[in-house]
Formats: sequence, structure tokens, C-alpha cells
Amino acid sequence: MSLISIAFKSIRQRALASTLTAFSVALGTSLMIAVLIANTIVTRAFDLQEFGYDLVIGPKGSELELVLNTVYRMAPPIENLPWRYYEEVKADKNIAVAIPVALGDSSEIGGFPILGTVVEYFFNEYAHGKKFQIEGEWPSHKWDAVIGSHVARVNGWKVGDPFHMVHAGQADHVHKEEFTIVGILKPTGTPNDRTVFVNLNGFFAIDGHEKPIDEAIAREAEFFGETPEQVRQFHARELAQYQKEVEEYGHAHTLPMLQKEVTSILVKMKFDPKNPTLSQSRAIGFSARLKEGFKAQAVNPIRPMQRLMDKLVGNIRILLMYLTGLIILVSGVGIFVSIYNSMADRKKEIAIMRALGADRMTVFSIILAESVALCVIGGLAGIVMGHGLIMLAGPVITARSGLLIDPFIFDPQELIIIPAMIILASFVGFIPGLTAYRTDVAENLSS
Amino acid sequence: MSLELKNIKKSYREPDGNVLPILDIEHFQVGQAEQIALVGSSGGGKTTLLNVISGITTPDSGQVFIDGVEITRLPEAGRDRFRAERIGFVFQTFNLLAAFTALENVLLGMSFSRGKADKQLAKDLLEKMGLGKRLSHRPSQLSVGEQQRVAIARSLANRPSLLLADEPTASVDPANQDTILKLIRDMCREFGVSLLLVTHAMEIAEQFDRVACLKDFNAVLQTTS
Repeated sequence: MSLISIAFKSIRQRALASTLTAFSVALGTSLMIAVLIANTIVTRAFDLQEFGYDLVIGPKGSELELVLNTVYRMAPPIENLPWRYYEEVKADKNIAVAIPVALGDSSEIGGFPILGTVVEYFFNEYAHGKKFQIEGEWPSHKWDAVIGSHVARVNGWKVGDPFHMVHAGQADHVHKEEFTIVGILKPTGTPNDRTVFVNLNGFFAIDGHEKPIDEAIAREAEFFGETPEQVRQFHARELAQYQKEVEEYGHAHTLPMLQKEVTSILVKMKFDPKNPTLSQSRAIGFSARLKEGFKAQAVNPIRPMQRLMDKLVGNIRILLMYLTGLIILVSGVGIFVSIYNSMADRKKEIAIMRALGADRMTVFSIILAESVALCVIGGLAGIVMGHGLIMLAGPVITARSGLLIDPFIFDPQELIIIPAMIILASFVGFIPGLTAYRTDVAENLSS
Repeated sequence: MSLELKNIKKSYREPDGNVLPILDIEHFQVGQAEQIALVGSSGGGKTTLLNVISGITTPDSGQVFIDGVEITRLPEAGRDRFRAERIGFVFQTFNLLAAFTALENVLLGMSFSRGKADKQLAKDLLEKMGLGKRLSHRPSQLSVGEQQRVAIARSLANRPSLLLADEPTASVDPANQDTILKLIRDMCREFGVSLLLVTHAMEIAEQFDRVACLKDFNAVLQTTS
């Protein structure tokens, strides 16, 4: 009969106390697992080192808000950029790719963010070396839409299904225009999975999405530092066309550029294989120029997220790790108290074993094995409970925060939990073990 | 010679500082497969003598030889090992472990010796004790007589050369006393084990050919007629 099986007999003998003790360890461990996994999820989600674009251009304001809005689709748009500005950016000689993004609305079912963009969005890498894959077709017609894998799963949508969208911030304002799903993106592990992509032309064509002419002129004038007259002059041809269509048909068939706006622009600088750092320098230069300029800003999305992680999330993470460490320590003390208290009742049992020939180290080891067994059982149960907690809480967190939770996510730091538990158990089992070691056999045999 | 004691002295210091002599044995021996009853007054040092013989307690002076090995010269771990391999113990209160079944209690006794616990041997022993159908019962599910029979099986599991029985029938009901005593003696004979049985009951001691009386701290052998 091994020391472990003897230790297990003893644990079984005190089933209630042992179960409660192991459960307290399990609770502490599950909390630690939850914190570790939450940390991994947040770190992965907000790590934009691999992001497929060099810059996000948007109206001036909070850099963080711009990134949260454009990349994570978590925050409402700050303001919009005139389409004319997008054309300027696209024409910049240092820019290889400029993708317009229009945000603000959400799907009527599920409340997923709607992102109006051009088909090129899907042909660019969403992360370094990673391209979108689709089941179905890429959007080519005005009312075509592509949905992320999470949207498809949650809403039960399939290719061919129609849907409506809700106007930004107005749950009761459902746009009458109907989009049709032509493709479902394969999972990317990014916010794209929970986004509904619609053709930008369709997005612009939705009633109420066009900026009124006078308002658009005022906005452009302010944006470019021009007079309203200069703006009118710039758009003279298309305004004349617009006027003609309104007079002839009562409404315009084509939306003038003046009335189009985008929330932000995703930009990739030109890359020179002979000088790989040149694109970074170009991005920095472009960003610096905008800082001195008018109403737009170009943000390297890595930086605001890094600041957020370092200053806020990182500190919260450290605090949580300390707290869960303390919880496990308290559980360890619980094991110590449980075993130590039982020692008074077990002196006779130890004396019997000694009389049967067990030496002091053997009885010491039995107590230590008991402590280790309780810690390991509690630790393993805690790992299962922690992952279970993440599985249960995942959909709720996704719904509330937009962060995608992989229920089977594993943090390599989990690997140290069991060895750490064994070390902790050795510490807490040492004093009770010593009590067993010092038990007076003759005295306790006759007690 | 299975057991030999030479000039064993053992005393305890009382709380008031006085030294209380417990044992003062000039010479005492038990032959191979011999069965001796040890009698003496209550508090007379009988249990202390068993503890000294088994190496649980060290004497103040003197030598204890078992199978020619002077166990008083062995370090504590060596005495523990020796006890596990060569000495069987039967206690008045059985001292079975409550968390273990009858079979496990016997296996536990085997676990502390050098050899591995032999499950079949343990089962055979329990069957010999008439407990073949009670292997998986815990002590609380066994009668007093059955518990003592498990304890006897445990004490013989390692094939010891010496069995120390400390009033093994004192906690057993009168109807079972003779059965238990007979079982111990028969098993010792069968396995060739020397037996030193402590009792305060003269009717039990009288059944032995030789009786040692612990009087004035000294074990003196008498031969009953």
C-alpha cells in the first residue's frame, strides 16, 4: 500500500472537511485561471502588433476612441471625414492602400456593428500574413453584405438571408433598405468575426445617410479651411448634375461626393523591400503632417492600445493576479488549518503506524502527501472550474464588450499552477507533518 | 534464542523531579517459538517492557537482542524497520485504523516492511481467521472479536519471529476470549513465532507452560506445573 493510497484513505476518512478544503483551493485556482485567461484574451485582443494597416485616419479627437471605433467597433464614431478627403488620401504618393470605413449603424437582429466599406477591404491582409477567407462570394452589388463568423453563428444567418439595419443609437429607427448576405467570413479571431460588412455604395444609399447639401458644404469648408463658395466651386459639376436630376425626377439618382462621408480610413503605406523601415518612416511623417494640419489625425493603432494596456489594463491585471494569489494563499492556510486541526485526533493513528514499523519520515511523508493531494485535486478542479467559468461567461462578455472569447483558450502560465500548488502544499503540510514526525508512539498508543 | 534482555533499566522522571524506576531486568529470554505469559500488577511496567522489546522505547541501559540482533544498538529508523519485519504487535484495543477495511489493515502492516504488500497472503490470513467474507468491512462494521482477529492477522502478516500481545483478550467478551487466545497461540505455533503475551488474568497465564512475572520491576520466569 503506497503512501499516496494511505494519504487518500485519510482524506476519505475526513470526507467533508477534505472536500471543503479542496473546494476552497479549487475556488482560488478557478479565479486565478479566469484572471489568466481574461488577461490572455485582453492581451491578444488589444495587441495590434500584427494589425494589417499602418495608420487609421479619422477626425481629430481621442486616438483611443478612433481605434476602438474603427478597429474594435466598440465606440461610436467621433465625427466623419468628407469623401473628398478620402480621395486625397488615396491619391497620396506614399500610400499604397486606403480603405474607407463607414460605421455607426447596427444589425436589427443581434445588434452587431455594421461596417460599410469597399470590396478591397477583404483583399488586404487583416493581420500580417493573414487574409480573409469566405464561404460564398465577395460583395459586388449595392445591397450585398458579408458577415463575420460569430454573427453567422449567433444570428443563425446563412448566405442568401436578408437583414435590416438600425440607425446609429436609435433602436426604433430601422432602415427600410434590405441587404442580402452573399458570404460568410471564416473565423479570424478579430473583431471582424462579429461585424456585418455592407457595400459602401449601399450604405450611402440608405435613406438618411446622405449629409444635407448645406450641412455638407459647411462641414467641408470647415474641414479644409475654405469658404463655402470655394467648396461649391470644387463640387460645381456634380452639384449641377444633382440639381438637374432633382428637377427632372424629383430626386437624384447618384449621390454627390459632397454628401458622402466616411468614419475613418485604414491606410497601408507603400513598402520598399530594399528599405523595409521606409514605410514606417512614411507613416510617421504622414501622421506628423496631419498633427499640424486641419481636422484629421492619423494614428498608429498600436500606440494608443499599448498605452491603454500599460497604464490601465496592465495595472488591473497585476492587481487581480495579486488578489488571486492571495486567495490561493488563503486556501493554502485553509489546508494547513484543516490538516493541523486533525492532527490531535490522528496521533493515535500515527502511533499505530509507527508501532507497525513506519518510521518518522514515512508518517511525515503521509501527511505531506495528504496536503499535496488536497492541493492538486483542488487545483485540477479549479482549472476545470476556471475554464467552465470562461465558457459560461464567454457569450455574456462577448455580448457586453464585443471581445471574442475562445472557450478553449489556454494560457501557458496555467502550466505552473500545479507545480506551484505542490510547492504550496509542501509548505502548508510541513508543520502538520512535523507534528506527525514528533508524535510520541508509546504515549499515544496507550492513550 | 528469539528474545534476550540483559540488564535492562528504565525509569521515568516524575513532574516533581523524582525518578520513578519502571524496569530493572537482569536477564530475560524467550526461546524460538516459545510461548510465555507475562503477568504483573497494573502499572507495573508490562507495556513499557513490550515497548522496550519492540524498540519503540529505548531503555536507560541494557541490551535487547532479537534473533541475535542487538536492537538497542540500532538507530531509530533501523529499529522501526526491524519492528516492521520481525515483530508483530497485538494490542488490547486492537488499534485498527478506522479508515481502512479489514484487508487494508492487514496490507498496511505489510507496507512498512521491506517486502511489498502481498494481497493474496493477507486474504489467506484473514480467511484463516474466519474473516474471508469480511475483507472489505471497516472496523466499525466488525464485531469486537472480529476486530481482534483482524489485528492478529495484521500482526502475523510479515511472518515475524516474535509476537508481542498486550492483553489481547481484555477488550473481548468472555465468550470470545478463549477463541482469541487459542487463535493467537495456534497461529504462533503454525508459523513458528515466539509469543510474549501480557495478561493480568491468572486463568489465562495458567494456560502457558512458562509465565514471567514482573515483580519489583524485574521479570522472573516461572514454570507452571
